[in-house]
Amino acid sequence: MPRSAALSEPAAGRAADRAGHRAPASRVWLRHPPLALGALITVALAAIALLSLVWTPVSPARMQIAFRLQAPLARGLLGTDQFGRDVLSMLMAGAWNSLSIAASAVAIGTAIGTLAGVAGAARRGLIEAALMRGCDVLFAVPPILSAMMLDAFLGPGRRGAIVAIAVFMVPVFARVTGSAARQIWARDYILAARGAGKGATLITIEHVLPNIANPIIVQVAIQLGLAILTEAGLSFLGLGMPPPTPTWGRMLADAQTYLGVAPWLAIVPGCAIVVTVLGFNLLGDGLRDLLDPRAGGRRGLSLPALEPPQTPDRGAP
Amino acid sequence: MIAVLSRRVCGLLLTLLAVSLLIFVVMDVLPGDPAAVMLGTSAQPDTLAALRHAMGLDQPVMLRYGRWLGGMVTGDFGLSTTYGVPAADLLWQRVAVTVPLAVMAILLSVAIAVPLGVMAAARRGRAVDYLAAVFAQFSIAVPAFWVGLLLIILFATRLGWMPSGGFPGWSAGIMPALGALVLPSIALALPQAGVLTRVTRAAVLDVLDEDFVRTARAKGLSHGAVLWRHAVPNALIPVVTVLGLQFTFLIAGAVLIENIFRLPGLGQLAYQALARRDLIVMQDVVLFFAASVIVTNFLVDLSYLVLDPRLAGRAT
Repeated sequence: MPRSAALSEPAAGRAADRAGHRAPASRVWLRHPPLALGALITVALAAIALLSLVWTPVSPARMQIAFRLQAPLARGLLGTDQFGRDVLSMLMAGAWNSLSIAASAVAIGTAIGTLAGVAGAARRGLIEAALMRGCDVLFAVPPILSAMMLDAFLGPGRRGAIVAIAVFMVPVFARVTGSAARQIWARDYILAARGAGKGATLITIEHVLPNIANPIIVQVAIQLGLAILTEAGLSFLGLGMPPPTPTWGRMLADAQTYLGVAPWLAIVPGCAIVVTVLGFNLLGDGLRDLLDPRAGGRRGLSLPALEPPQTPDRGAP
Repeated sequence: MIAVLSRRVCGLLLTLLAVSLLIFVVMDVLPGDPAAVMLGTSAQPDTLAALRHAMGLDQPVMLRYGRWLGGMVTGDFGLSTTYGVPAADLLWQRVAVTVPLAVMAILLSVAIAVPLGVMAAARRGRAVDYLAAVFAQFSIAVPAFWVGLLLIILFATRLGWMPSGGFPGWSAGIMPALGALVLPSIALALPQAGVLTRVTRAAVLDVLDEDFVRTARAKGLSHGAVLWRHAVPNALIPVVTVLGLQFTFLIAGAVLIENIFRLPGLGQLAYQALARRDLIVMQDVVLFFAASVIVTNFLVDLSYLVLDPRLAGRAT
C-alpha cells in the first residue's frame, strides 16, 4: 500500500475520541488541530496555484542572466536560479502544475478504482477475483517505471504523468472501496432492499456508495499527497511537463548542479513539496478522525490489505 | 498446509505471467524499432531487414512473447541493443548495487522505526510519543530524493565527509563500496521509517490490550519483559506486512536515488535504457522490479504462517 496510506492516528488525533459527532463547525476545527492545519495548508496552496495563473511577482519564464544565482532576499523573496529566473514565481507556477496533475490523476484513479471496487463487491465470484488479481498486477509496477514506459508511448508532458499516476491509484481505490463495499453488502438493509426487488446496480447507487463515501474521501486526501510526491519524482527525472513550464521536480533536478554555490535552489522547492504533502496527509488523518473515528482510532491500520476479510460487524457507518 | 501452499504458488505464477504479458504488450506497442536504433538513421533497408530477422523482430507477437518468457526462465534475457552484450550480464552487474542498497535501507528503517514505535506505544501520550508522531508525519511527507540532495549538501559539499556520489565497485573492497551506499540508503530509509513507526506503534498498542498481556502482567512480569517478550513479537505481523507493501515504494525511490548519487544500479539502467530506446533491457528491468515486488509480497504472506502459526489452520 502506498506509503501514506499506512497512516495511523497522529498523537493529536485522539481528540476524535473526545469530540462528539455533532459538534458545531467552529468547535470541529478546534478539536481536530490536524484537520484544521491540513485544510489551511491545502486551501492556501490551492489559492496560490490559482493565483499563479493570473499573477506572479515576475514572469516565471523571464530570464535575467545579469541577476543569476542571487541568494534569497538579494533579489526577489527567494532568490534567482541559474538563468536569473525568480524562484518564488517558478515555485508558484510549479504549485499549479503539481496540484493540477495530482488532482487529475487522483480523480481518474478514484473514478475507475471505485467503479471496479463496487462492481467486484456487487458481483463477487469470478469477476471480483479477476478484478483483484488485476489490481495486484497493476500495483506491482511502481509508478516511476510505468511513467517511464508511458513516457516513451505518450511522449513527455501532462498526459503521460497523469496516466502513470492514475494507473497506480486505480488498484488502491479498488481495494479500499472493495473491502468497504463488501461490508455494506453484508448488512440487513441490503437484504431488505433486495427483498424489495432492487437490482445490484440500484443497490450500489442507493445504498452502497453513500455508505462508503467516507473512507473514499479520506483516501482521496492521502493519495493526493502521494501523487504530489510521485509527480515531483517524475519531473525530477525529466518525465513530467517539458520545459519551460516550471515544476518543483525539475527545479530540484536543475539545482543539483549548483548544490555548492546555491543550496537554496535545492532547499526551497523541497520545502514546498514537504508542506504540500504534509497538508494533504494531515487533512486525510483529520478527516479520518472526524468521519470514521472507529477506523481511525487506535487500530490505525486502515490498510485494506490488513483488514480481515469482510467481517460484517466492523467499521463503516 | 501443502494445499494452501500450492494454491498460493499457483496464484503467484499467474500474477507473474499477467505482469510479464502486460509489460510485453506495453513495450511492444511503443514506437521505436530496436533494430533501427542499433543501425542508426543511415541504415539501408535490406541491412535493417536482415538485422530485424536476426533479432527475431519479424516474427509473430505471440512467438516473440513466448521466446522472451522462455528465455527468462533459462536465464537468457536477450541482447542489449545499445551495449551489445547480453541483457542478463548487465542486469546481474546492476543487481549487485541495487539489492545491497535496498537491503541496507530496509535494515536501517527497521532499526529506526521499531524501537521508536515501541517506545511511543509504551509511553503513550508522553513526550516520546509526540516526537515519534511528528517524526513520522514529516518523514512520510519528505521525498526521498530531496533527502538525498540535502545529505549531499551537508555531508559532501559542506563537511566533505562523504563522496557526493559514484560507486567504486565491489572490487575496490567491501568498505569503500558500502561507504558509497551509506548516504543513499539513509535517504531511502527515512520515508519508510516514518510509515513503519506508525504501524509499529499502532500494532503494539493493539497487542497491549490483549488478554494474554494482562495475564503476563498479572504473573508479575516486569513492564519491559511484557513489552519485548509478549507484545512486540505479536505485533510483528502488521509491521512485516507494511514492510512488504512498502517494497514498491522502495524500488521507485531507488530509481531516483541511484540517479542522484550516480550509482550504477538497476534504476539507473532503466533510465538509460529508456533514454536510448533499449527496449529489451527496459522490458527486462521493469519485469525484474515488478517480479521482485510480487515475490516479496508472496514471501510476506508466507511469513505470516511462521510469525503466527495459528493462521496456518485458517488460511485459505
